[in-house]
Amino acid sequence: MGKLIVSLSPHAHSRDSVERNMYGVIIALMPALLASFYFFGLGSLVVTTTSVGACCLFEWAINKYILKKKENTLHDGSAIITGLLLAFNLPSNLPVWIVLIGALFAIGVAKMTFGGLGNNIFNPALVGRAALLVAFPAQMTSWPKIGQWGAYLDAETGATPLSIINSAIRQGDVSLLDELPSSMELFLGSTNGGAGAMGEICGLALLFGLAFMLYNRIITWHIPASILGTVFVFAGLLHLSDSVYPDPISALFTGGLMLGAIFMATDYVTSPMTPKGQIIYGIAIGVLTVIIRNWGAYPEGVSFAILIMNAFTPLINNYVKPKRFGETSK
Amino acid sequence: MKIKTFSMGGIHPNENKLTHEVPTIVAELPKQAIFPLSQHIGAPAKPVVQKGDKVKVGTMIAEAGGFVSAPIFSSVSGTVFKIDTAIDATGYRKPVIIINVEGDEWEESIDRSNKLEVVETHPDLTPEEIVNRIKNAGVVGMGGACFPTFIKLTPPPTAKAECVIINAVECEPYITADYRLMMERSDEILVGLELLMIGAKVTKGYIGIETNKPAAIELLTEKCAKKFNGTKYQVEVVPLKQRYPQGGEKQLVDAVIQRQVPAPPAIPVNVGAIVQNVGTAFAVYEAVMKNKPLFERYTTVTGKKLANPGNFQVRMGTPMIDLINACGGMPEGDNKLLAGGPMMGKALTSVEVPICKGTNSVTIISDEEARRKEPQPCIRCAKCVGVCPMGLEPYLLAKLSEVKNWERAESEDITSCIECGSCHYTCPAHRPLLDNIRQGKATVMGIIRARAAK
Amino acid sequence: MDYILIAVIVLGAIGLIAAIVLFAASKKFAVYEDPRIAQVGELLPGANCGGCGYPGCSGMADALVKGADAGSLDGLMCPVGGAETMGKVADLLGMAIANTEPMVAVVRCNGTCEHRAKIAEYSGLRTCAAMHACGAGETLCGYGCLGCGDCVAACLFGAISINSETGIPEVDDDKCTSCGACVKACPRGIIELRKKGPKNRRVFVSCVNKDKGPAAMKACAVSCIGCGKCEKECPFGAITVENNVAYIDHQKCRLCRKCVAVCPKKAIVAVNFPAPKPSTTNEEKEATA
Repeated sequence: MGKLIVSLSPHAHSRDSVERNMYGVIIALMPALLASFYFFGLGSLVVTTTSVGACCLFEWAINKYILKKKENTLHDGSAIITGLLLAFNLPSNLPVWIVLIGALFAIGVAKMTFGGLGNNIFNPALVGRAALLVAFPAQMTSWPKIGQWGAYLDAETGATPLSIINSAIRQGDVSLLDELPSSMELFLGSTNGGAGAMGEICGLALLFGLAFMLYNRIITWHIPASILGTVFVFAGLLHLSDSVYPDPISALFTGGLMLGAIFMATDYVTSPMTPKGQIIYGIAIGVLTVIIRNWGAYPEGVSFAILIMNAFTPLINNYVKPKRFGETSK
Repeated sequence: MKIKTFSMGGIHPNENKLTHEVPTIVAELPKQAIFPLSQHIGAPAKPVVQKGDKVKVGTMIAEAGGFVSAPIFSSVSGTVFKIDTAIDATGYRKPVIIINVEGDEWEESIDRSNKLEVVETHPDLTPEEIVNRIKNAGVVGMGGACFPTFIKLTPPPTAKAECVIINAVECEPYITADYRLMMERSDEILVGLELLMIGAKVTKGYIGIETNKPAAIELLTEKCAKKFNGTKYQVEVVPLKQRYPQGGEKQLVDAVIQRQVPAPPAIPVNVGAIVQNVGTAFAVYEAVMKNKPLFERYTTVTGKKLANPGNFQVRMGTPMIDLINACGGMPEGDNKLLAGGPMMGKALTSVEVPICKGTNSVTIISDEEARRKEPQPCIRCAKCVGVCPMGLEPYLLAKLSEVKNWERAESEDITSCIECGSCHYTCPAHRPLLDNIRQGKATVMGIIRARAAK
Repeated sequence: MDYILIAVIVLGAIGLIAAIVLFAASKKFAVYEDPRIAQVGELLPGANCGGCGYPGCSGMADALVKGADAGSLDGLMCPVGGAETMGKVADLLGMAIANTEPMVAVVRCNGTCEHRAKIAEYSGLRTCAAMHACGAGETLCGYGCLGCGDCVAACLFGAISINSETGIPEVDDDKCTSCGACVKACPRGIIELRKKGPKNRRVFVSCVNKDKGPAAMKACAVSCIGCGKCEKECPFGAITVENNVAYIDHQKCRLCRKCVAVCPKKAIVAVNFPAPKPSTTNEEKEATA
């Protein structure tokens, strides 16, 4: 007879694992990745592969040579996700060396210095993007136009829908908004001559990813729904008060809001742990996004809104507790 | 109609009810029966026999060791071999009475006939008499907790019982003992329920059954209607959504009568419900109507690699290996032997551990399922928070227990944990959540007790 | 020039006012602390280990000064600083100090991998507390050392470590400060603080198994079976057998080692004694004659 094994209960486990969740997110990002190749061609290919490769390389190297850990955490797939999300925030004509710096910041500074997976306070991809924006403002704010397949560094750049909205609000001129693509074009990404970051261009692809993740219970509906809902309502109210503000549908599909709401804000490590907390978090991100977009200096507000709320997550976790069983409401 | 369920959390482990439709067979008598003196919550029983004494089936061999305690009765006839220590389900050597089995002679006072005795033919049964007979027969909770039943039927003056809820949920994977009992002894169970209602002085009764047992729901609904319609009793069979841990008493009370038991020290009777396992209801019938003390029970013996898993009517004291051999023997390779189901069962280091009052199942887990995977760091996915049926935050409680921050653990309601294991089951990083929480809970409860004692 | 003068005067005035306010506050809100507490604190090691039973060295300093005022320093002992430190403190406070014996942590289990067969494999959180809650462990002995190192984790001085060959913790006599952290950490009460003994020599029963003889023997080759031979043999009445296990009172033991010789299971251990000299054979005696 073989050995008897003992342990404390429970003695069964679900088939879920960290890898399953991480690779599930990667699969959810595939439609957006394909859309980005379709709209931005060679540039997208170069920037994405550099970003993913660099993030994986830096995580492996830091684990092995600086932290001298016996086991490398590369296999759990989180470095690949950071690489993809960072790339989706970048313009497709960004030089490779800048992408490498971004990856180093994202993995090295935002993730590994805090203790690796599970311990970072800020979303690594967003920290990488914010660092690049501050360090290389010119390169990070010139967005190539879609449809230039073979172009990389020499791609022709143009105005993104958000920058059009930004100028319209600053100048108080509603007529400038006529240059905006229609809502359907924004949704599908087929903005003829329009421009933007690689991952945010096609809302439909991102929604496929959302559906996949919800079905596989990788994320719950609370954060995306509260962010998008808040932006819709807030932007809608503003639009009703003064039509220079974009209409709510445009607000939803322009810029990185979809990408942010579905993939960045739902990052496990940096978002609150309770449904109530997640809704508060989502509403705050929505409000901040609209404020920064309409009255802040930058045309895009999602990244900063998420980073700011990441800082509040520990506070939300501390004070927002789930309803206890048997708790009599006060 | 919407199926009832409990308010928060819960998981859906694979059912693995391999023995659902396997009819119960009477297990063979063992050669030697081992009776641990502690088969219930409370003080261990005290032996009243010594080496060399002759006993019959149903003879008392140990008396209750205190108020919260229960007597133990021999399930076999023979000679007392010795009073020694042996490994029991706790994993430690505990005092036991070992009896060499000779023949199968029963105490004359036990009614062995198959006739169904009903309350109508026993007008002398007052609530006090019923509770007394239950106490003397050593009936304890048969769902695994083994709390002395007579105490549950006499709630403290601050609480008033309104109904009896029969727990026929059997939410743990693999276990089918309660289901077989319902399919084979439904009439006796309903009389037992009636006796419990009289003993608790209530007229409302519920039987909670999960929807994965449709035949049992149908059978009991039909029999309940026949038996209780037109009487002063209102008994309802309540189908419940299949979800773990529906069988936890707090979750059961929440689902059936929509009342949530507050945090400890509150118990279900504080919201008016007395919960009893369906096996206990059957034992109550036998104790009160057949003068038969508690010494045998229905036990499932199961496992994916067992040749012939089955359900047994087994005399307590039978070593588990006897039953396992009757099912084809221990499987090859490394196995985990559990007393109970995979979620809350206890892993054993010996195959000689005997069947006790609370052993509803012997489960054998084999191969890779038997070993735990290596834990990874917490990825803060919050899935544990989503499945906790008590609305707690397992990741936080486990961390607080690890760093020994008892004050904060107490304020985060660690004592409300029912140790169901849903969090541990769900965690993608395979973290030993329940191991840490259990330790923290024990320490915090010790601190609370010490504080109250001062 | 006026501006410089004005700036100097204004800032000087602000500084002066702030100084006066701070001075007044420090006098009005001053908390009187006996200066001896700080002086005693200087003499203490500053490890804040809690081995004295007080919250940190400052707590101990406080207790010492209170004790001095009450007239006695009995019951106050810093295990890290030892008798030397206590002597200096006593001198400072003008008190005499009772001479206390140095103590050391002793692991009373010899159930090594060699002596104790494994009958099961534990899978899960590898702490002694978790294994203890799970059951007897991986062997048949429900009282013996589990070898997961809760004691090692509790020690602030690195004085205890698990021997990888035997699986049992070993105490470094020089580093052990007898603070008692390992004693509290062991879920089975196997570790005890005993007298260090002259030249670090001590004798103890290396077993806490309370099972009856046959069960104990089945579990471990060197378990105490409670036979009582040692109790009868001890000329100083230092040994008692209770619950099937023998215990040597370290205050009464005179290190004669008669009990070690009679124990049939070799459960009694004598540490740091010299090895017995090899006896010369008759042939060798004749050769040298």
